[in-house]
Amino acid sequence: MTEMKLSYAKNSEVAGVADKNTTVWTKKDLLGLEYLSKEEIELILDDAESFKEVLARPLRKVPTLRGKTIVNLFYEPSTRTRISFELAAKRLSADVINIVKEGSSIQKGETLIDTGRNLEALKADIIVVRHNCSGAAMMLSRALNISVVNAGDGWHEHPTQALLDIFTLREKLKNIRGINVSIIGDIAHSRVARSNIWGLTKLGASVTVCAPKELIPSGIEKMKVKVTDSIDEAIKDADAINVLRMQFERDEAEAFPSKIEYFRTFGVTEERLKKAKKNIIVMHPGPINRGVEMAAEVADGANSVILEQVTNGIAIRMAVLYLVAHAKKGKLV
Amino acid sequence: MSILIKNGRVINPATNRDGIFDILIEDGRISEISKNMGKKTRSVIDANDKIVAPGVIDMHVHLREPGREDMETVASGTRAAVSGGITSICAMPNTYPALDSVNAIKRLKGIIKKDASNNVFVIGAITKGRKGLDLVDMAAMRKEGALAFSDDGNSLGDEALMSESLKMAGGNNAFLISHCEDRNISKNGVMNEGITATKLGLRGIPKQAEYEFVERDIRLAEKTRTKIHIAHVSCKESIDIIKKAKTKGVQVTAETAPHYFSLTEEACVTYDTRTKMNPPLRALEDVEAIKEALRDGTIDVIASDHAPHGKHDKEVEFDFAAFGIIGLETLLPLAIAALVEKKMISWMKLVELVSLNPAKILGLSNKGNLSPGKDADIIIIDPLANWVYTKDSIKSKSKNTPFINWKFKGKVETVISGGREIFTGSAGSVLNL
Amino acid sequence: MREKAKLLDKDGIKNAVIRISHEIIEKNKDTENLVIIGIRNRGEYLAHRIAESIENIVKSRIPVGILDITLYRDDLTEVAEQPVLKETIISFDITGKRLVLVDDVLFTGRTIRCAMDQLIDFGRPRVIQLAVLIDRGHRELPIKADYVGKNVPTSLNEVIEVKLAEVDDRDEVIICEK
Repeated sequence: MTEMKLSYAKNSEVAGVADKNTTVWTKKDLLGLEYLSKEEIELILDDAESFKEVLARPLRKVPTLRGKTIVNLFYEPSTRTRISFELAAKRLSADVINIVKEGSSIQKGETLIDTGRNLEALKADIIVVRHNCSGAAMMLSRALNISVVNAGDGWHEHPTQALLDIFTLREKLKNIRGINVSIIGDIAHSRVARSNIWGLTKLGASVTVCAPKELIPSGIEKMKVKVTDSIDEAIKDADAINVLRMQFERDEAEAFPSKIEYFRTFGVTEERLKKAKKNIIVMHPGPINRGVEMAAEVADGANSVILEQVTNGIAIRMAVLYLVAHAKKGKLV
Repeated sequence: MSILIKNGRVINPATNRDGIFDILIEDGRISEISKNMGKKTRSVIDANDKIVAPGVIDMHVHLREPGREDMETVASGTRAAVSGGITSICAMPNTYPALDSVNAIKRLKGIIKKDASNNVFVIGAITKGRKGLDLVDMAAMRKEGALAFSDDGNSLGDEALMSESLKMAGGNNAFLISHCEDRNISKNGVMNEGITATKLGLRGIPKQAEYEFVERDIRLAEKTRTKIHIAHVSCKESIDIIKKAKTKGVQVTAETAPHYFSLTEEACVTYDTRTKMNPPLRALEDVEAIKEALRDGTIDVIASDHAPHGKHDKEVEFDFAAFGIIGLETLLPLAIAALVEKKMISWMKLVELVSLNPAKILGLSNKGNLSPGKDADIIIIDPLANWVYTKDSIKSKSKNTPFINWKFKGKVETVISGGREIFTGSAGSVLNL
Repeated sequence: MREKAKLLDKDGIKNAVIRISHEIIEKNKDTENLVIIGIRNRGEYLAHRIAESIENIVKSRIPVGILDITLYRDDLTEVAEQPVLKETIISFDITGKRLVLVDDVLFTGRTIRCAMDQLIDFGRPRVIQLAVLIDRGHRELPIKADYVGKNVPTSLNEVIEVKLAEVDDRDEVIICEK
């Protein structure tokens, strides 16, 4: 037994010393918040606090994942999430490889599983995958022994986005239990909405989803959320609103309102926020369509935490990479 | 050549017979059924404690030959069928090329004659190339042996064409098997619409896509006074419509597949592509309705909708995976497990659903019935045998089924087709013909 | 685990802290540049006690920092238990400072190696010295403590348990056998 093992063994015996989470992370992957317990979500948030401290150091880098290789496998373009994961990996001293669809074998018809198996054969340790198909991350994780982190799969989940949203809320409000959060926008096609619903409800928040009726997916109320198609209703009692990006570039010919029509009926404006709680927190996963889902004045306003979300995203992703890289296998003493 | 099956519990819904009898088979036909038969034959099968029933007739099988012999062939498909207790199958016409001409049927019949382990009947396409545009020559194809017509996999979107094909099939002493799916509603859906699809972020297929076409096709059959058979019924609303039509006297029959009463949409939660089928697995209330419809006779037939797909078609993203699962080897076991073992229906009713009713619908008057003079297509089931359906045991060329490693009670022990013993479970293989 | 002997009681720990404090003052005449950094978890409390003791003597404030070495550990994938990650709190610049690192038990030396790696990422101290309450031997790295409360020869199947009133119910150091 080494000295360090000893000191930590002792430490864990006095749980609650510094109000820290003593949950043990056992999962090889992060696929979605549906699959995590409340305690596991809180562990990620707690560890992210420590990583946020790392980001404030004069040298914003720790050697924790030195020698590990992390592959960002992106089937969909995404600047923000990819850079955030890349920075998180680099802050942990991992080697990072980025693969984007254009110009790689994945555009030449190689299947997702084949690509994953090749990356595993190349001795990657963690694959961070973004894919336009729901379930892609889970499928990959089943086929591989190495870790898979879901960076967004179809309309299914975007767990790190929801984690950073919840982390930001926790920083501002101290507690998630009992708060009212409204998610506004294209709920039907939003992985951000689904992950937020899972995470927030598990932590005891009360969640309302707000969208035009045709963008409310079937049966959503069974996910323990309130549903409304009135933006004023969604804003009224909210401690925070999370405004989703309206993806007018979506290639499907779905029943979509026009941009102007949408802004008129669902856009978050200063006028509408006057009827809200004074300190309402305004979030957006980005990139923002100014003047579509949100007025520019609101995005830049005093209630907006949009840029803090971006910073917190790195800490969350560091925590996630750290935890999946050190997941404990088997039973614990 | 003669075989004597002794002391089995003979179940024959055609004559409402359920009791211990001996069956004598001579020259491919049943020659006598009686108690304690004294006759001596060279071949005697002891069926003590076993169930003896007419062989299963599976109305809905995709054999993939010609065209996709890598997924299934007449040889492999019929071998799989026999090991599942199925003595007759209907081959669906969505092959490459489609079974849309006399020549195509002739070619397939040639393959069947050469390779098939059991009876294979042919279903012809309704339209050329199954494109929903030009009707095939039903009269000539009927003469060549097509029992019914179907563009299975597609629905005829054009109502007038549907009416016309119903009439033409009826005029040729045949009928249509309708795949009911309004593509304008199902669009790019991949699973049942509802909370599970919402959670998974998968595109839903609303039940309307099915039942609105069930309603339409029944209405057209009523108007044209023709027979129609609704394929793979999966939801409660379709059942309600069929039930009403039957009460009104419309000549409608219907089938469902074992997965629709064995699994709910919940089976999709791990994005296992082996749970992706069309129509999709539905909600629990639909599963309950299907079982009730089988019990009360609204649904006449259990058919497998055996749909082999290669690994490359299933080991992909759920959105991209092919629809369908194999089902020949699990049709009977799943029906026993979900319906008989759960006391939903009797063995008698089960045999009616898998053998007598399909024979009646298809006009196979010598099949599905254990009576003197009828075809000796017989299965012997050990109702108490416990067994596990393993991947290695699968006889089909494709392995796309969610039922691997399911435990079953009740196993097909012996299969006799045309008076010949073609399968014994103890040997575990289909005997050489 | 069976308790074999009590190595230090409350007074023993108190005396050791006072002695170490005096030694630190003696060795670092320039206490103006003195900073003390404790390694989580119990090093943190010892650091505070030593700083307080020094402050009582020199009558000036001694900055104290807390180091969590988890992210610098070389055995993360091998440890039986998952370490609890906590913040490092050093709210002052350590460059040019006379830095005393504090931990409860010195054993293999690997914790100290981690701590020094991490400190160097925070700045360039003038000197780094090491103070421990117990030195139990069995070093795996060339590391030596400058200030030791008590040297205790041990065997490898023995465990030293340091209890401090800040987190435990009392002050004591015991030796146990596994």
